[in-house]
Amino acid sequence: MSKPLKQIHLAAHFPGVNNTTVWSDPAAGSHIEFSSFVHFARTAERAKFDFLFLAEGLRLREQGGQIYDLDVVGRPDTFTVLAALAAVTDRLGLTGTINSTFNEPYEVARQFASLDHLSDGRSAWNVVTSWDAFTGENFRRGGFLPQEERYSRAKEFLATATELFDSWRGDEILADQATGAFLRDAAAGAFVHRGQHFDIHGRFNVPRSPQGRPVIFQAGDSEEGREFAASSADAIFSRYATLKEGQAFYTDVKSRLARYGRRPDQLLILPAATFVLGDTDQEAAELAREVRRQQVSGATAIKHLEFVWNRDLSAYDPEGPLPDVDPVVSEEHISRGRAQVRMYRDPVAIAREWRQLAEANKWSIRDLVINTGNRQTFIGSPATVARTINDFVQSDASDGFILVPHITPGGLDPFADKVVPLLQEQGVFRADYEGTTLRDHLGLAHPDAPAGTEPAPERAAS
Amino acid sequence: MSSTTPAPLHLAVALDGTGWHPASWREPVARPRDLFTAGYWADLVTEAERGLLDFVTFEDGLGPQSSLLLAPDERTDQVRGRLDAVLIASRVAPLTRRIGLVPTVVTTHTEPFHISKAIATLDYVSAGRAGVRVRTTARPDEAAHFGRRTIPRIDGFDDPDAQQVVADLFDEAADYVEVVRRLWDSWEDDAEIRDAATGRFVDRDKLHYIDFEGRFFSVKGPSITPRPPQGQPLVTALAHRTLPYRLVARQADIGYVTPRDAEQARAIVAEIRAEQEAAGRAGETLHVFGDLVVLLDDSRAEAEARRDRLDALAGEPYTGDAAIFTGTAAQLADLLEELASGGLTGFRLRPAVAGHDLPRITRDLVPELQRRRRFRDAYEAGTLRGLLGLTRPANRYAAA
Repeated sequence: MSKPLKQIHLAAHFPGVNNTTVWSDPAAGSHIEFSSFVHFARTAERAKFDFLFLAEGLRLREQGGQIYDLDVVGRPDTFTVLAALAAVTDRLGLTGTINSTFNEPYEVARQFASLDHLSDGRSAWNVVTSWDAFTGENFRRGGFLPQEERYSRAKEFLATATELFDSWRGDEILADQATGAFLRDAAAGAFVHRGQHFDIHGRFNVPRSPQGRPVIFQAGDSEEGREFAASSADAIFSRYATLKEGQAFYTDVKSRLARYGRRPDQLLILPAATFVLGDTDQEAAELAREVRRQQVSGATAIKHLEFVWNRDLSAYDPEGPLPDVDPVVSEEHISRGRAQVRMYRDPVAIAREWRQLAEANKWSIRDLVINTGNRQTFIGSPATVARTINDFVQSDASDGFILVPHITPGGLDPFADKVVPLLQEQGVFRADYEGTTLRDHLGLAHPDAPAGTEPAPERAAS
Repeated sequence: MSSTTPAPLHLAVALDGTGWHPASWREPVARPRDLFTAGYWADLVTEAERGLLDFVTFEDGLGPQSSLLLAPDERTDQVRGRLDAVLIASRVAPLTRRIGLVPTVVTTHTEPFHISKAIATLDYVSAGRAGVRVRTTARPDEAAHFGRRTIPRIDGFDDPDAQQVVADLFDEAADYVEVVRRLWDSWEDDAEIRDAATGRFVDRDKLHYIDFEGRFFSVKGPSITPRPPQGQPLVTALAHRTLPYRLVARQADIGYVTPRDAEQARAIVAEIRAEQEAAGRAGETLHVFGDLVVLLDDSRAEAEARRDRLDALAGEPYTGDAAIFTGTAAQLADLLEELASGGLTGFRLRPAVAGHDLPRITRDLVPELQRRRRFRDAYEAGTLRGLLGLTRPANRYAAA
């Protein structure tokens, strides 16, 4: 007997401060104005996507001691945008990336519980960690956290926030106008947390929200990150969008769940994916090459090389050969405020490999960066892209994708109009929302309120 | 228009749960079960906008509401719990078009960097209608919710140690507002250039480190969010004595004060104006609004009866920092005109019962003031600064 078809989950990542965003295109709009977010969210909701996703950065990136000016710079506040989007959408999930290092559990738990109330149960939290003193310069505490403690803080942060979410069971508010009892008991929201990173107690002041807790995302890829996800997350925002890597990651992470008493369907794997659509596969391939050239200007190519070489290469011609000098291997990196700094572990070997590639193919610096950089995940006609996505999911390389269009805000429109109907025809993507909360869309159970609880009363209609 | 015609008044409404009277939730119009829904807040703000009010404020705090000044209580007969005010304001922004949205932010335990971008973003989602009301908290239980500092228990504000604690909290609030304001200016308006020729998205010479270093924190900048539509969203604060008056005079666009009569209003305004001058802001527009709790009905007797009924439900007479008005819209209009003669430029009314007194403000008081030529007949500006007669300010970092 063949396996039943899996249902695909789709989400939309607002294209902003990514090096894949093409801001120079005539169709590119603002990354800040609310109208861009409205357009993007409404497209995602029209296409019955599971959720919209916002990334976060808490310091403008720098390279060579100067603010990096070649990519999109700047973004609005995550919570504030998501709360406003709740007013212009009805079903779309609202996922925000929020740092566990430069925030405090009481405040973040209040914000997510509030967002969950204000969206009628559509909130999700992508928990990220950082440790760098560079970002810390914008905050009271500074860069206080040793790198090796960032996951222990993140775990304790999430556990503490969960205790706060659970400090209200859901049945405390009586609001009985006749008897005058607003609360069932005065201890509503009482909590005590004594741990290594947080020693707090008192009363949480937001009643239990429609989803109980926001859906939890995790994005790290390290061993610790995978364990963190297996123990505590509902979904992973991963970066493995090729079939083989995707399957390996999927198998690895899902196999960790049993250790925490969890089933494989309790953690969704959702890689980030880019796409280029054309009327034919050939047209799409040509467009994809054009998009890559837009994404990698000569100036961007030099900056990209500096990122690996870890030295000033401004004297080099992007249309000329690769530098013959070797990368500088140092704890000090030319680039600050980027998560990817750790990706190049042996820059000298990479430089050697790239020089050989460039020589063999007669590539300039810019050609090399275009050809070795991230090719779009899905390139083809709508039929090809729909088939590829479905194959990927059915062969357990993921449970769906978080799509990152390269144009703001209209980049999702062709996918919504042309690819989604094909997936719906194949019966692998919802034709309409079946539930109202993000947990409903993702097939995740609503978390149980803490023991000793009566069922929550019906929510009053808004 | 005659040269003696007094200036129109500004009117704001302070939203807090089901209203400012602790028994307000028991009124049939109160909708206490809807308090944690977006629809509840959208209805209130829409009603305020219908009355052409300048703005609404949203109360907030980092602990449960309490009948005690500096500690939580164990009461179960009053509303407890509330949603984050910035997020309520943002949630209603797309549903309204003209009214200003001013959430409360606690400076004592939050990050100026986060709040600066949150209010800037509220300004974007509302197309220039954002403000913020800053407050401090000396509640030790709220400090314990964060676990990063201990605030000693204050038994009386006349104690010198207590005064030092409060002075520090207000100094910190002043630094906080300074950081928030610098971050709003840390992008010049034309920093985003999208220059395809050079491949540069921004002109980095128009992004500025704020390099703030103070007693309580230092913040580098620039903001991650570009300068908001109003340039500087409105900063407001409630003030009852000299230290907060000074904060208002140095850092705010509006101060809310609580005089009992015109004479007191005059004295408070004089103190704030003197501080304003000392702070080198003499030429700037700084509004001083009077705060009043209001119970509005068709007759004074009816309003007083309602107050008595609410007090009876609460088990004690309601008193607070602000004077409580009971009466008709015409009587309230008389009182506002009288208080305004003491130098107040507007009022922030606190409806005792939101579901009752807010519509009385918008449907009775506003027409009464319009008849007297003391309130606008239509929204005359697209931004909150515009409604308050404030121009869009120059950026402190822009080359002249």
